[in-house]
Amino acid sequence: MSRKLFPVFALLIVLSMVLAACGGAAAPEAPAEEAAAVEAPAEEAAAAPGETEGPAPAASGDTLATVQARGHVICGGNSGVPGFGFLDTEGTFTGFDIDFCKAVAAAVFGDAEAYEIRPLSSQERFTALQSGEIDVLIRNTTWTLSRDTDLGANFVATTFYDGQGFIVRKADGINTLEDLDGGTVCVQTGTTTEANLADTMAARGLSYEPVVYEDVETGWTTYEEGRCDAYTTDKSGLVARQILLTVPDDHVIMDETISKEPLGPVVRHGDDQWFDIVQWTVFATFFAEEHGITAANAGDMMASTANPREKSFFGTEGELGAFLGLDADWAYNVVSQVGNYAEIYDRNLGPDTLTYIPRGLNSLYTDGGLLFAPAWR
Amino acid sequence: MTTSTTEVLAPPTERYTVLGWLRRNLFGSIGDSILTIIAIWLTYAMLKPSLSWGFSVAKWTVIADNLKLFMVGRYPAEELWRVWVVLYLLAAVVGFTWGAWVKGKEKAGYVLLGIPVFLALLPFSPTIRMMILALDLFGFLGIILGRRDNPKFKNWSIISLLLYFPVGILLIGGLTGETGFLPTVKPDLWGGLMLTILLAVIGIIFSFPIGVALALGRQSKLPIISWFSVGVIELVRGVPLITILFMMDLMLPLFLPAEIRVEGVIRAFVAITLFSAAYMAENVRGGLQAIPRGQYEAAHALGLNGFTTMAFIILPQALKAVIPILVSQFIGLLKDTTLVMILSLFDVLGIGKSVLGNPEYVGTAKEVYVFVAALFWVLSYGLSYASQRLETSLGVGER
Amino acid sequence: MAKTKYSTEEAIPFWRDERVLRVLGQIVFLVVAVSFFYYLYNNMITALAAQGMTPSFEFLGRTAGFDIGESLINYVRSDSYARALVVGILNTIYVSIFGIFFATIFGVILGVSRLSKNFLVAKLSSIYLEILRNIPLLVLLVFWYSGVFITLPRVKEAITFGPIFLSNRGIAVPWGIPTETWASYLIILFLALVVSIVVSWRLKVIGDRTGRPPLRILWVPLTFLVLAMVGWLVLPQSPLEIEYPALKGLNFTGGYVFSPEFMALLSGLVIYTAAFVGEIVRAGIMSVSKGQHEAAKALGLTSFQTLRLVIFPQAMRVIVPPLTSQYLNLTKNSSLAVAIGFPDLFAIGGTSLNQSGRAVEVIALMMGLYLLSSLLTSVFMNWYNDKIKLVER
Repeated sequence: MSRKLFPVFALLIVLSMVLAACGGAAAPEAPAEEAAAVEAPAEEAAAAPGETEGPAPAASGDTLATVQARGHVICGGNSGVPGFGFLDTEGTFTGFDIDFCKAVAAAVFGDAEAYEIRPLSSQERFTALQSGEIDVLIRNTTWTLSRDTDLGANFVATTFYDGQGFIVRKADGINTLEDLDGGTVCVQTGTTTEANLADTMAARGLSYEPVVYEDVETGWTTYEEGRCDAYTTDKSGLVARQILLTVPDDHVIMDETISKEPLGPVVRHGDDQWFDIVQWTVFATFFAEEHGITAANAGDMMASTANPREKSFFGTEGELGAFLGLDADWAYNVVSQVGNYAEIYDRNLGPDTLTYIPRGLNSLYTDGGLLFAPAWR
Repeated sequence: MTTSTTEVLAPPTERYTVLGWLRRNLFGSIGDSILTIIAIWLTYAMLKPSLSWGFSVAKWTVIADNLKLFMVGRYPAEELWRVWVVLYLLAAVVGFTWGAWVKGKEKAGYVLLGIPVFLALLPFSPTIRMMILALDLFGFLGIILGRRDNPKFKNWSIISLLLYFPVGILLIGGLTGETGFLPTVKPDLWGGLMLTILLAVIGIIFSFPIGVALALGRQSKLPIISWFSVGVIELVRGVPLITILFMMDLMLPLFLPAEIRVEGVIRAFVAITLFSAAYMAENVRGGLQAIPRGQYEAAHALGLNGFTTMAFIILPQALKAVIPILVSQFIGLLKDTTLVMILSLFDVLGIGKSVLGNPEYVGTAKEVYVFVAALFWVLSYGLSYASQRLETSLGVGER
Repeated sequence: MAKTKYSTEEAIPFWRDERVLRVLGQIVFLVVAVSFFYYLYNNMITALAAQGMTPSFEFLGRTAGFDIGESLINYVRSDSYARALVVGILNTIYVSIFGIFFATIFGVILGVSRLSKNFLVAKLSSIYLEILRNIPLLVLLVFWYSGVFITLPRVKEAITFGPIFLSNRGIAVPWGIPTETWASYLIILFLALVVSIVVSWRLKVIGDRTGRPPLRILWVPLTFLVLAMVGWLVLPQSPLEIEYPALKGLNFTGGYVFSPEFMALLSGLVIYTAAFVGEIVRAGIMSVSKGQHEAAKALGLTSFQTLRLVIFPQAMRVIVPPLTSQYLNLTKNSSLAVAIGFPDLFAIGGTSLNQSGRAVEVIALMMGLYLLSSLLTSVFMNWYNDKIKLVER
């Protein structure tokens, strides 16, 4: 038997060496032992510590150069939030947050498809950003002081203003938080939502039982089955999901809003240029909406406009693009390829979608909302 | 054949009547009857609601619409032919091995042929169904080829089986950079059932040398090496897989220098390999301990040194003894890979979760989970059944 | 390995001297391993320092700021992270102990019924085994939770069995509330325990002397129960007041509520692990040779006596080692609770990690705690294994 199996064994060793070389998995420990024959593959595996994907991503510093050398921008995203980031039947990521990732790609490369989405769980999102695995985090992330400082993150402009609310069953007759005293509340783990809930209930001296889920969908199913008296998350999420409940009219969203939830892209501390690029990309979508520039008419407007602000927006006048380290027509690329804010919004959260959310605070300041782009000069 | 009927004894009727069988097997005593009734009631109580749900309530379109996602995840459509080639190769190689090793009467291998049939029952388009059924064709071709009388076939089959995995992984992962004949498909785009299987296969292959090394290290007389091996083995076996995955996912990027970026899938591979290696080490150690003392002594008497004794005498025997356990370890690993869902990777369960995030398919959790469970069941039951039969017919692991 | 070295010792140069090489090899290995781990550690410190973070366990003393649904000890949101993690540890232990207990019972039943002469019972249990062994536990748990426990009736339409309420908010049962005499009753219980241990020991001595081991598993608990009952009646006021659950407002109040998350996790773990335990028990029983059965029968033992006195003691030796690893698996598998919302150690660790942002520290802590519990379990089971071995020889 030994005669027959030895070649097999030797082959396995060779194979694992080959695999270690091309598969690129890193074995984190290198156990050595007496038999050198088996020592070889283990060492070999350890010697190939993961595959380098293109040039090095800088943990801090020159993100733009890294991104340009790589050829695409990597965004940390959501994989299971209807309207904001989910996988469609073709297997591509779609949603409001994803479109802002495309906008950044369009600004940097002039190609809205030069992006890659790295789906992240709520636990791993900040480590992914810290370790330089992603360039931008666009994943329903609330702007808080501790995240902005202690976690080494920088929040750019807010793309979506939200606040935490509750959905309850009409039949239960719950109108205020006080009515929820002694009740059960379903909530998703690893979010500011969980802590907000605890803070608010404690502040009002109310007792409740939290049921905490890893996964949004499980939370909603269990709420609908009656495990909880209320489900709490950002109001946008409540609105978007309510119409997908079996009988939407049996449920009602309470008036109370217990927190401010400004959601927007996040970048690493310490790279101001990259921070500016992402921030002004977001502003470009606001500006375009304010000035009526859409994906369809951007080309014509660029050629015909006489407004000096629009001219500098399109890069036909001045060199604002160069200040950011981008092409002169970067903002044109964003709008023509991804659209202005209203187009992005309507495509993902507008009245024609399954996940309709009225714009409310997310309207231009001229319409009574909070969206405001600084001056383009 | 004419014999006088009077001399033929009537067959013992009781043995063949339905009633007799029932009495003996189900209603032997009062206690037995009660047990039987309880069992029948239990079966009915479980089966009835499940069947009525499955046939009338469940909305199976969620599976039909997302089948491609469930199978290969986000693997680019224009490169899908590579997955087919890999599958056909697998069918041919497995068929060939089966044909070469299992001569004649053993029919159990046809269970494996049932896996494609099951897959073809899923709501695929007719072309894809035909392509799936063609798997069986390749399997048959392999069997017919393997059945030929050629003593070398047994060795060839092992070599082809071993070569298959790197070739398959190269085909799926790609060779020639961004363009060319086989452009690279990044592991992050691997998904669905394919990722589940690849995670388990790569986990087993890589953990094999590491596991053997750790097992030898644990047996070693050198204290530092044996403490180290024991430490690694017990550390990994002492914590849940999910914490190892979690650690690798969050900490591997921190452990490596900033220039090196490791994809999420690769991190999961590393974690699963490490996890599997510790268990592999314990299995191999079991095999090593089963080798009688006399083998060592005989090797010494022949003048072999420590290394050659290990490499040529002890390890081959020990590894032969643990082959059956490896199959069950593989099946276990296959099931354990579902945990990568928690790292938001798109294995078959992760795909299920993200499909549920698509507004069109909200509220179909039960259908998705039942489907995933069925998929796993067919795979691991088919594998374990076939391997058990193969063991008995080959006498592997028996002494 | 003991070669005749003394005669040629001077002739061997040190680079070929096996003893030197061994020490040298180990030192090299140690240096390589240590520098490898130091390299990893150093990278981590550098990466964290770039974000202005240094690993420290100081955060454990900070306010956790989140609530936990189920806790065996008092916990509020203003307690520290350390206390939150303790809640998680206790919940993990709680579900593991219950899980091990029920999985053993259920597994033994399964294993025995697989060997049953009743065709239907044997077939059903092997179908059960084959189905459960081939489905991932995570899928099973998720299905069991959202497919079974959550689909129970709502709280207002709860199913009632006397004072027990069954709904998708859990199972509400009557529960004892300690009164003034509870403390003295605890002393009585302790005394009862001491007495039953003495009884157990005496019975064993008698059994060893006469060769007819009495049914200790029956007599010892009986002694304890009788004493406990007498104590209850002797006290002027009953030590526990029974409190019945009642629907008040949105939820049940009073009594004790086993949450559906706990029930789903427990039953998922039990039915999954029981399949493996069943297989182990069956293999154990089969490992006892047929001659033992026949000899026992020839001695005139009843089939119950055969099982208790002949088969089981021998089967135990085969059963205990694999059973240990199943118990360990169950404890480790309880970490999947995170998928169905039961606040075990892993789930609370995940939340703490998220709220504090201290990934490295929290993960190290969690792994250490799981390792500790695994080691403790194996120490106990090894002790038990040695004990039954000694009884045999």
